[in-house]
Amino acid sequence: MGANTAAVTDETFLADVLQHDKPVVVDFWAAWCGPCRAVDPILDEIAVEHVEKIKIVKLNVDENPQTAASYGVRSIPTINVYQGGQVVKTIIGAKPKAALLRDLADFI
Amino acid sequence: MTDVRDVIIIGSGPAGYTAAIYNARANLAPLVLAGSVTAGGALMNTTDVENFPGFPDGIMGPELMIALQSQAERFGAEVLFDDATEVDLTGEIKVVKTSTETYHSRAVILAMGSGYRELGVPGEREMSGRGVSWCATCDGFFFRGQDIAVVGGGDSAVEEATFLTRFANSVSLVHRRDELRASKIMQDRAFANDKIRYEWNSLVTQAIGHDGRLAAVRLKDTVTGEERDLPVTGLFVAIGHDPRSELVKGQVDLDPEGYVLVDGTSTRTNLPGVFAVGDLVDHTYRQAVTAAGTGCAGALDAERYLSDLDHAAASDRRSARAVLQAATH
Repeated sequence: MGANTAAVTDETFLADVLQHDKPVVVDFWAAWCGPCRAVDPILDEIAVEHVEKIKIVKLNVDENPQTAASYGVRSIPTINVYQGGQVVKTIIGAKPKAALLRDLADFI
Repeated sequence: MTDVRDVIIIGSGPAGYTAAIYNARANLAPLVLAGSVTAGGALMNTTDVENFPGFPDGIMGPELMIALQSQAERFGAEVLFDDATEVDLTGEIKVVKTSTETYHSRAVILAMGSGYRELGVPGEREMSGRGVSWCATCDGFFFRGQDIAVVGGGDSAVEEATFLTRFANSVSLVHRRDELRASKIMQDRAFANDKIRYEWNSLVTQAIGHDGRLAAVRLKDTVTGEERDLPVTGLFVAIGHDPRSELVKGQVDLDPEGYVLVDGTSTRTNLPGVFAVGDLVDHTYRQAVTAAGTGCAGALDAERYLSDLDHAAASDRRSARAVLQAATH
């Protein structure tokens, strides 16, 4: 896992994501998912480059099935952006950095 | 101009990494543009690879690809996890750009492989990530105890159906014909699995969502033309692949389906110094080991091309000297 993306869990999701004041990007991932591994270093870079605007965190769906299920995650990686406790953007599948930055343009 | 390399390899499946191993061992220090999210190629999304020679107990797809990468790096290949976004392959010096850098080389080996084919039916895009998936190893987990479907009849479809029975309550294999195309061993395994059901002679014509999740797929019987709905929460699409040749379209000759055309049994494209290998070229076999085989051929063709260029340059220098000497006498 990237050095600049903290882990969140079913227990910490409310405080770390839903009640956070900045937009929070949550990467739903699992160890067995190849595309998740590919997108990990990209998110880590984006986290550093845009630390002022957004927080990027990772949620392991294997260890935290509740949160993944409650947001209807059916495919990983799924990258949700939360603002004011609501999902405001969903990105499905691994994408190159340029494409992810385009998808996240409204928040950075 | 920045330094001109001998070889740039675009792609990092078995074909790209095998080309890199051979070119690296020939001291050509190839640059491999492995792709930012596609690195390792299609095998990164598989589990057990049982038919790659040399692994009697099988090997996990990602593990095999990491091993191939290390083997290439050991001999001096430089692997970059970045995407080629634009190329100019027409000149003697080839230009390959990523979103941030520009690279030059005398030869290029194209090994971009293939991408998943979509069904192209209503609801497929909308339900993608909401029940429709292209990666059983990634997403099977989410369908524990549910009824799901796999569409396709080849090795990937049958392998995915078998794999998904670890999670699902039932897996319906939807195929447009009345028999499978998959290898015998895969078929036997599937037929012996009582969680797998078969929807023969059936086309998927729609992915039907309910409350933002997949609820059913509409099937059309290819014989009677009748339509029926199959209630499933997951649909795994495994109907084949299309070559990822968009990057070189308009420069390198392609066939009508988008595969790169090569000269006879070689890997030479219509452009001197540009070679194509693996699933980007292969209509027929599309196996990890055949891709690796053509990757090797591409590396050897590139080596021969570079050494011919060097000889031609040396002989030009010799004849220039001879002309000069003749003129001075």
